[in-house]
Amino acid sequence: MDIATTLTLGTQRPVASAYAAPPTRRRRRARQSVIPGFGLTLGLTLVWLSLIVLVPLSTVFLRSAGMGWDAFTAAAFAPRALAAYWVSFATSFVAALINAVFGLMTAWVLVRYDFPGRRVVNAMVDLPFALPTAVAGIALTALYAGNGWIGRYTEPLGIKLAYNPVGITLALVFVGLPFIVRAVEPVLEDFDRELEEAAGTLGASPLQIFTRVILPAILPSVLTGFALAFARGLGEYGSVIFIAGNMPFKSEITPLLIVTHLEQYDYAGATAIATVMLLAAFAMLLVINLVQAWSRGRYTR
Amino acid sequence: MFLTRKVRAPGAAAAPARLLLTSLALASLALAGCSGKTRDADAQSIELLNVSYDPTRELYEELNPRFAAKWKAQSGQDVKITMSHGGSGKQARAVIDGLDADVVTLALGYDIDAIAQKSGGKLDAQWQKRLPHNSTPYASTIVFLVRKGNPKGIHDWGDLVKPGVAVITPNPKTSGGARWNFLAAWAYGKTHGDGSDAAAQDYVKRLYANVPVLDSGARGATTTFVERGIGDVLLAWENEAFLAQKELGEGKFDVIAPSISILAEPPVALVDGNARRHGTTKAAKAYLDFLYTPEAQEIIARNHYRPVDPEVAKKYASTFPTLTLVTIDHDFGGWKAAQERFFSDGGVFDKIYTQAGR
Amino acid sequence: MKPVSSGGVRAALILATLGFLALFLFLPLVVVFTEALAKGIEAYALALVEPDALSAIRLTLTVAAIAVPVNLVFGVVAAWAITKFEFPGKSLLITLIDLPFSVSPVVAGLIYVLVFGAQGWLGPWLTEHDIQIVFAVPGIVLATVFVTFPFVARELIPLMLEQGSADEEAALSLGASGLQTFLRVTLPNVRWGLLYGVLLCNARAMGEFGAVSVVSGHLRGLTNTMPLHVEILYNEYNFVAAFAVASLLAALALLTLVLKSLVEARFHPHERRTGS
Repeated sequence: MDIATTLTLGTQRPVASAYAAPPTRRRRRARQSVIPGFGLTLGLTLVWLSLIVLVPLSTVFLRSAGMGWDAFTAAAFAPRALAAYWVSFATSFVAALINAVFGLMTAWVLVRYDFPGRRVVNAMVDLPFALPTAVAGIALTALYAGNGWIGRYTEPLGIKLAYNPVGITLALVFVGLPFIVRAVEPVLEDFDRELEEAAGTLGASPLQIFTRVILPAILPSVLTGFALAFARGLGEYGSVIFIAGNMPFKSEITPLLIVTHLEQYDYAGATAIATVMLLAAFAMLLVINLVQAWSRGRYTR
Repeated sequence: MFLTRKVRAPGAAAAPARLLLTSLALASLALAGCSGKTRDADAQSIELLNVSYDPTRELYEELNPRFAAKWKAQSGQDVKITMSHGGSGKQARAVIDGLDADVVTLALGYDIDAIAQKSGGKLDAQWQKRLPHNSTPYASTIVFLVRKGNPKGIHDWGDLVKPGVAVITPNPKTSGGARWNFLAAWAYGKTHGDGSDAAAQDYVKRLYANVPVLDSGARGATTTFVERGIGDVLLAWENEAFLAQKELGEGKFDVIAPSISILAEPPVALVDGNARRHGTTKAAKAYLDFLYTPEAQEIIARNHYRPVDPEVAKKYASTFPTLTLVTIDHDFGGWKAAQERFFSDGGVFDKIYTQAGR
Repeated sequence: MKPVSSGGVRAALILATLGFLALFLFLPLVVVFTEALAKGIEAYALALVEPDALSAIRLTLTVAAIAVPVNLVFGVVAAWAITKFEFPGKSLLITLIDLPFSVSPVVAGLIYVLVFGAQGWLGPWLTEHDIQIVFAVPGIVLATVFVTFPFVARELIPLMLEQGSADEEAALSLGASGLQTFLRVTLPNVRWGLLYGVLLCNARAMGEFGAVSVVSGHLRGLTNTMPLHVEILYNEYNFVAAFAVASLLAALALLTLVLKSLVEARFHPHERRTGS
């Protein structure tokens, strides 16, 4: 079974760059090209991409380049900025990790088990994609703040769920959940059960079957989902801002620091930090592509 | 099924191309719709855009219709006043970046200075001298809002640094009101230690160590305190404290006046360049002048801002607590100096957190 | 059909999953509707027909009505170029199309201020011609187009790759024009994927907060989209109204999910058939 193809097949939501998978050999031979419209469509694509994405994004780099190396490092690597990167990085990482575990579990349950309401649950998984982030932020705060629905029971136990990195992480778990579920689900769906059964007849325990047979096959999709959720977490603003507490050095996320700099008329500082974030975004996309390439290398013959 | 026409190479994308053009045309239509603001000074109806800070919503909601009626009687023109509210610094930044304000009514002079400096002459650098009282038609101060019955026994600044007291105040780097909070605290620290800057700094450092949430704006801080139930005391604009008490739960909160605070002066200014372009200079000026009239001053006082008109001030004196007030010009050498020293990157506020944070 | 796990494990996993999803997905939704109805249905309805709320709803619909078709066309054009032809730099192009997904919304707003703001690249020229882009509807549209940029392309590309070009080539060899081929062969083949992309694109376009917040200017009744209006109401201590508007957005989200499930029901069998 060609995992790369199944990834592209099951194009549920955010299997990023899954479509970077090459077409199968048969199709590639049949290329070249009676099909019209190459110049026009590629031209339009490039023009539109440049106008909407590339040219505006380049302003960030040009502004940063214009400020000189010393000023750039001073702004981009100020202690407060470093602390914000750390907060964003750590909370996104932990949230993505939580999602990797629970997302995998959710995908497993949705694919393997039938139970009443499965379709509703399956649809609900996409809620974080559809629900505006500001609404999510307000709702999550109403849940987890000290007088919220959940917070009021945990706070007496000394567990604070809002206005600290825990709150940020909770918001990012909400935002990132569908990424993992939707990346893993199609792969799990296409997984060849005969392998499991073969392992079973050979005397493997269910746990062994899961860790030795199933997990290796779905690992690339878990990693892809993880990277996507992580990347989204790094940039997330709307849902986090209400619940974060926003304390410098403790619970101030990077996007908020950009806004803070803007509101002090410090465009240079804002663009310097934005540059770092953009580079991180590029890096994440690169990682995702590498994971895809790696999984193709492993599973195509 | 498919018929006999010859293959036309670029045809495949012709439909998308047309659609694209249509969408672009639509977009530019929308664009045209928005840029067509009133230019004619003698037009039957004009629009003013007042870009203001967070807590003035209720105030201008009451003032604007009064001015509109007055202006109609005076000039025959209908005037529609659009409001934009947000953190003071954010609002000033938006005006610098092209938000088309005819007048700005912000939380502190520094933000209007920033517009004057950075917007390429849109706003006269001497703006503060153009209207009475430093262009400040209403003043306020910083007071404490505590929970009913004042369970933590908070009566003055000294009580805020006691262990176990949680103080809510927004981030002074993004909130104008929070800068007034910070400076009021500094004034207390300065007068109640050995009088040195080091003592003042130590005081504010201990104060901010008791702050569990640093919202980006005054409104966010109030919501945190009132709605989320976080904190024992909220440092707030006096008007905001009274409003919160009134709007959010009669009898749930008490307003406490500390022994010393700061005279907060939220100024107003005409954005000359924009108003000239819209042909609204006359109306915009009249709008600002209107704020100083007894009629407006009454509304101002009823909204718990301190009026500058001596008659009105006397009439409403009993509604405001009396306390010692320092001023930004006399005690801190003006906003420019204060901003640089306390709130710029690497300034006193950053130092507090750099030391406390790691 | 024999699962690896025993019945006990199965029940435990289902319960754990449902518990987790209830805590993280369902409860926030319940909160929105509960708070919105906290003061009764009347206060709820009043909050929605208030003029500023109506104008926010109108603006949100307008913005989506522009941004979604624009990205629909772009997505189709880009998918055609990428899936029907081989050219160097293709995977770079795909990565670049994906980029808006991983750019922070705040940065997305910032870049348009840097281009179109009064102090930006085109600022002086725009001011001279009295054209307002940021802090007006065009800026909001642009920021929305940016954040929803990849949605349609991303749905279509894998689908069209999977389906290959054989059908199109057949049609062309039978003498159909390129346009006919596209409309009668490609489009029917990908219509469910396309619809799926459009739905997600639309949901994001209506719900975007961070990017739009930077370029909006927050003019009451003029440049407040629904998510921004929620924030404003929240800041006015008008919690019932804030959650009422939020509940409308949440209802839109739910509608999206329902439509999406319906599309999926058509989409999936189809996919399996062509896929294997």
